[in-house]
Amino acid sequence: MALEKPYLDVPGTTIFDSDNARKGYHLNQFCMSLMKEENRKRFKADEQVYLNEWPMSEDQKRAVLDRDYNAMIALGGNIYFLAKIFSTDGKSFQYAASLMTGMAEEHYKAMMVSGGRSPDGNRYTGEKK
Amino acid sequence: MARITAGVATSHVPLIGRAIDTGDTQSEYWKPLFDGYEFTRKWIAAEKPDVVFLVFNDHASAFDLKLIPTFAIGTGETFKPADEGFGPRAVPDVKGAPDLAWHIAQSVIQDDFDLTIVNEMDVDHGLTVPLSLMFGQPDAWPCRVIPFAVNVVVYPVPNGRRCYNLGRAIARAVEKFDEDLNVQIWGTGGMSHQLQGPRAGLINQTWDKSFLDRLADAPEELADIPHIEYIREAGSEGIELVMWLVMRGALGDKVKELHRHYHVPASNTAVGHIILENQR
Repeated sequence: MALEKPYLDVPGTTIFDSDNARKGYHLNQFCMSLMKEENRKRFKADEQVYLNEWPMSEDQKRAVLDRDYNAMIALGGNIYFLAKIFSTDGKSFQYAASLMTGMAEEHYKAMMVSGGRSPDGNRYTGEKK
Repeated sequence: MARITAGVATSHVPLIGRAIDTGDTQSEYWKPLFDGYEFTRKWIAAEKPDVVFLVFNDHASAFDLKLIPTFAIGTGETFKPADEGFGPRAVPDVKGAPDLAWHIAQSVIQDDFDLTIVNEMDVDHGLTVPLSLMFGQPDAWPCRVIPFAVNVVVYPVPNGRRCYNLGRAIARAVEKFDEDLNVQIWGTGGMSHQLQGPRAGLINQTWDKSFLDRLADAPEELADIPHIEYIREAGSEGIELVMWLVMRGALGDKVKELHRHYHVPASNTAVGHIILENQR
């Protein structure tokens, strides 16, 4: 019998559950390796070569190279681990968040300052806004 | 006898630490946030806790996916600020309270909560930002700290009721410790925020304020909130609020709310802060 996963119909949201932790293990551990300066240097010097040292899927590697954070999350990435990538790039959480929402960073920041994204219309997939 | 005198809850956004470390707390963006901690700074300077039992979560700093403890108690003598990718924060090392921490571990594990015991770990912004908010920038933190890490990163995280009951068990343990100590318990993280995916930036002020309203006098209601409500209403990272329930559970049934502060935003997050004094 399947486990109950009531969070699958929350729009624009991926819960880092056992399925994602399983498939994203090597992707996330690669991210963790970027906590060390010598690894950041090697990664920046040749990203593809560095990624090839990890038993990640080609899709995962492509998503990293493209800095496609939504794709990385769909492939098992967790945002706190993915943060090591955008930190290596010298980018902030707000930059990454704006990228994932498809908004320009200044529009995203303005939305936050004016109270953030409303939950109304954002609770259930397919809900009328 | 050791006694828990008060509980403090606060968000622990990393950018708050950056604002403190770079002297930016009086800017237009940050001043309203820091003004809400002025009362607290004076209050805690008068209270002088001996030990803070600090409930926080690690953000892929000390724990990666090799090892994922649900509840981890720091029993070491010292904990260093973690390097989160930009070098460690220039804040003092955290001095532990190993005798009390081991006592709590032994008591709480026999009370059916299977803690992971950690003698060595670095502590990230989840722990050091609340210390900076309360104590500013001293050369050494004015109290000892027991770091208590809760997994709120890999789902499923412990539910609110279990966190609340864990707080109860921690209180029973502290009361059995013979040394005369003024102990505070802090719950950190939250409030509503979501850092990932197209729904990033979600803030739910109505829900947050209801949570704050009920923390002192209706904590049983909060303990019954299921995971899915946190996710749907307070964002995927809003689930950090279960850590506030460890704090509330460790206080008695009767508490007095001394101070409350709520501010949107700090970066991507709604900041909540409350002080509850134990009444006995």
